[in-house]
Amino acid sequence: MLGRGLRVLGHAIRTEPRLFTIGTIGSSLFGLLIIANSYVVGWVIGDIVVPAFAEHRVSTGQLALVAAVFLGISGLRVASIFGRRLGAGFMQFRMQARYRGAVTRRYLSLPPAWHQRHATGTLLSNANSDVEAAWGPIAPLPFAVGTIVMLLGALISLFATDWVLALVGATLFPGLFGLNLVYSRRMSPRQIRVQQTRAKVSAVAHESFDGALVVKTMGREADESRRFGVFVDELRDSLIAVGRLRGLFDPLMDSLPSLGTLAILLLGAWRLRTGAVEVADVVSVAFLFTVLAFPVRAIGWVVAELPRSVAGWDRVQAVLGAEGDLAYGEGTLSGTGPAELRFDRVSYRYAGGPEVLRNVSFTVPAGRVVALVGATGSGKSTIASLAVRLVDPESGTISLDGVKLPDLALSALAGAAAVVPQIPFVFDDTVRGNIALDRPGVDEDAVRAALSLAQADRFVAGLPDGLDTAVGERGTSLSGGQRQRLTLARALAGEPRLLVLDDATSAVDPRVEAAILGALRGADAGASILVVAYRRATIALADEVVYLERGRVVATGTHAGLMASHAGYRDLVTAYEKAERQ
Amino acid sequence: MSDQGTLATVRRGLALSPELRTGLGGTIVLAVLQMAGRVAIPIAVQQGIDHGIRAAGGPHLGVVARIVAFTLGALLISTLCGYLMTRRLFTVSETALAGLRARTFRHLHDLSMLHQQSERRGSTVSRVTSDVDQISQFLQTGGVQLLLASGQLLVSAAVMFVYSWQLALVVLVAFGPAVGVVRLFQKRLRAVYQASRERTGVMLGAIAESVVGATVIRAYGVAGRTQARLDTSIERLRLAQQDALRTSVTSFSSGEIGAGLALAGVVVVGTLLGVDGELTVGQLTAFLFLVTLFIQPVQIATDMLNEAQNAVAGWRRILDVLDVEPDVADPDDRGVPLPEGPLSVRFADVSFRYPGGPIVLSGVDLSLAARKKYAVVGETGSGKSTFAKLLTRLMDPVGGEVSLSGTPLTSVRFSSLRSRVVMVPQDGFLFDATIAENIRFAEPTLTDARLRAAFTELGLADWLAGLAEGLETPVGERGEALSVGERQLVALVRAYVADPDLLVLDEATSAVDPATETRLQHALDLVTRGRTTVAIAHRLSTAEAADEVIVVDAGRVVQRGPHAVLVAEEGSIYAKLYASWLEQTRG
Repeated sequence: MLGRGLRVLGHAIRTEPRLFTIGTIGSSLFGLLIIANSYVVGWVIGDIVVPAFAEHRVSTGQLALVAAVFLGISGLRVASIFGRRLGAGFMQFRMQARYRGAVTRRYLSLPPAWHQRHATGTLLSNANSDVEAAWGPIAPLPFAVGTIVMLLGALISLFATDWVLALVGATLFPGLFGLNLVYSRRMSPRQIRVQQTRAKVSAVAHESFDGALVVKTMGREADESRRFGVFVDELRDSLIAVGRLRGLFDPLMDSLPSLGTLAILLLGAWRLRTGAVEVADVVSVAFLFTVLAFPVRAIGWVVAELPRSVAGWDRVQAVLGAEGDLAYGEGTLSGTGPAELRFDRVSYRYAGGPEVLRNVSFTVPAGRVVALVGATGSGKSTIASLAVRLVDPESGTISLDGVKLPDLALSALAGAAAVVPQIPFVFDDTVRGNIALDRPGVDEDAVRAALSLAQADRFVAGLPDGLDTAVGERGTSLSGGQRQRLTLARALAGEPRLLVLDDATSAVDPRVEAAILGALRGADAGASILVVAYRRATIALADEVVYLERGRVVATGTHAGLMASHAGYRDLVTAYEKAERQ
Repeated sequence: MSDQGTLATVRRGLALSPELRTGLGGTIVLAVLQMAGRVAIPIAVQQGIDHGIRAAGGPHLGVVARIVAFTLGALLISTLCGYLMTRRLFTVSETALAGLRARTFRHLHDLSMLHQQSERRGSTVSRVTSDVDQISQFLQTGGVQLLLASGQLLVSAAVMFVYSWQLALVVLVAFGPAVGVVRLFQKRLRAVYQASRERTGVMLGAIAESVVGATVIRAYGVAGRTQARLDTSIERLRLAQQDALRTSVTSFSSGEIGAGLALAGVVVVGTLLGVDGELTVGQLTAFLFLVTLFIQPVQIATDMLNEAQNAVAGWRRILDVLDVEPDVADPDDRGVPLPEGPLSVRFADVSFRYPGGPIVLSGVDLSLAARKKYAVVGETGSGKSTFAKLLTRLMDPVGGEVSLSGTPLTSVRFSSLRSRVVMVPQDGFLFDATIAENIRFAEPTLTDARLRAAFTELGLADWLAGLAEGLETPVGERGEALSVGERQLVALVRAYVADPDLLVLDEATSAVDPATETRLQHALDLVTRGRTTVAIAHRLSTAEAADEVIVVDAGRVVQRGPHAVLVAEEGSIYAKLYASWLEQTRG
């Protein structure tokens, strides 16, 4: 753990060598000034105070010199503190920002299939708390390095003063060091337990408040509080365990240097008697020990943070090293107007799962509307994702106007094909921003036209700031149907040449849905449309129906034709109708 | 309310968590004893130098040994006291905080839907997580240090005055400016840390958006736009953090300068005093040690300021929530139970508006008979969901009165209300547990056999049998391992075992696959049989099947009557809704 932790830190040092150097120089200077200060105190007492007290006289020059030396050291120390803390802090903030940028960049470039395999909460903490944990030890790192410099300096100066007094230091320093290590080792499993229990407390709170409506309507507040209480008590106990350990080690750590000072007093008296040292030396060394204790703790801080750091780093690396990016070509589409979509013997399976699609072939001719119909799990939504290359098939090819999708540049593909998903996603932005998405060519007129096509112009006009109304995080201020219409308008605003609707109007009132479908069908939307349909009206809108059963295309034709010729199709559509009318 | 000062918050907090005061006296005594141990060292140095090392006739080893032995004992006691003190403190404070956490959790559940809706989910959760964590973290690290530091400050100041009041004054004067600077910086520090916290929130929002919206971002090829926003929020956070650090270091270093001034002043003035024979070498030396004891607290205090601010801010947020009286309160002992038997409903001139918002419902005046099925229909935003929330007393009307079988809802004891009136919400929320546990949520004492019987009675035995682990099938987070329709099935069984007299159904809008839909409808028929049922309907098939339909438009009841009658009223809102729905389903 120690080795791996240090390697992670090494990586940070290589990335930000300048800031690390500033921090370490500042910290080393700080440590050396502590030693210098002790010797100055010794010198002042031994060479100025003692003679002055003895002779009952002191020169102004001497006093001025002493004052100047103390103030000079103090000034240098302030500079060293700035160097140490700003160097370390800025380095930490930079590394955090750098890795947050890198992690989120990976999020945006990894394909939806990868996102599906990872829980939102995990990805959030990868970019936030894991990055923070990975670079947690940076803050005390230069301080710790400076402390090591200081301890070495202190030992050297001690041996230069007197070998007996130095031996006290030689015993004390490793003792402090060792105590710190033991402390960190003991502490980290307890800290980890606290962290884990905190996560549990948070999960229960999240779930309970998520289901607040159910809790309330069933009058289960007391039971929920009991359920929460169990984890709260567990957290309390683990926090008390951490506190007890801290309570044991903190006073020990405080008193160890005091022991050193007492030993110096005793041994110093003996060495003074033998004439080996002077009063100044004893004072210096005793003073040194009292100011040494605090910096030594910095080493403990670094060590204590290492396990968390390594764990965070590993999780961050898992994101950065994740594979499976979709590679995009450079191709563009030449024509204008509706594009033809062709599936040719397409098969697909989720990683490690069963086959979802097998040898699916069909065509959406330019300008036509094709409906995908099939029972739950027949692969409709997978086809919708494949059609706009959110995922790649296992085998077979999908092409738009004759160009294979992987050959197309992302911008060309996104410009030509738009998908409206089942669950609408709304950005924390204005209505305008949500529809335009800063895409070139999507101006105010295009936004308004798209809103009216999606039957959203009326409700948007009723919003307090119209197009410039901020819709809030995930569009919480809008209803489900309004969000769906907004995302539909977003798709339409880009004037796509292929429009894929994945049950995109399910939360829209029937009357409004009818108007939308009519507009899409009637107006010159200029797009070929592939629509995943549940409602009878949606199916009837299509020029052609592709009927799926368990991942295979079992029939294609017009709705009327299939109703007449295919029993399975007839049953399913009748079931829809019945279900809706029941 | 949130502008309250730190002291006021702490007072308010202590009043709400009296446990924090338990054994406070003992803890303080222990802390003082620990502090006394720290000044033992400077005193030992003074004594050792004056009576041992510089004793007349050369260093006197025996005297030094006696002093050292005595101090060693003091040190031992002090260390032990330190251990006992922190142990007590942590036990007391963590116990109190656990209590606070649990109390806040319960209080948040007791607040009305209104309050819960107006807060973001994340911030509600943080009242019982990060806000309490911040207090705990502060107490565990900064709090003890701050307590010890202030003790150290007092004890060392006292010892200084005993040795030499002149020098003690020198030290105080030297630190004066530092204290001033720290105070000056306090406001600015609060501002920069606040900025850094806010920017953290913005960044987290941006990250969440990029994760939740990954598919959309990909499909529209707008990763560049999203990344630019992310980069900006990340960079803005970094700049705020650096700003906060710079400010805090500047404030911190004022203590350092104070220390330099104090050391220089003590030596100069001390030497002059000593020359006049008013001070011994040992006393002056002890003073130099004492100055370092004096510096530490000042520095620790500036360093801990941020954590203290965070803790107080977190505490204040919790107290603010606890201060909000549940506006839809349980009348409890003062309340009455609902009358036995089937429930009828009466809305008397009921109106509702969200605070500061427009009227959502107005002048709703209607009676619903017991054991009948009603469907409430209307366009999105017509007020039909509000109707359901008023009926179940998730919210109270701003005008008029809702009563069940003649008893005003506000006077009904919750224990009675919640067992007799049950609502099945739109999303059929399930907990991350097994199917059995989710159903027992309504009736904890239900046996497995009774549970299975409920499924059978609702015609769902075959569905249950089709699940790999039957009743013990885990449903996943929010029930996401099941399809939308299946989640509704489980929610329906949950309502069924609760055996309510009034059932309020908020129908789901999203499409359900036909097989599940058929099951759902069948089960629904059985669940609603013999109970007063109010369905907030999105599908007009539900309206068709109801005994009566209530049409809501723009916050008013505009039509009411059996489906067949309403649909015949040409040009009416209901007729139009129905026509368009027909067009939909029949193609």
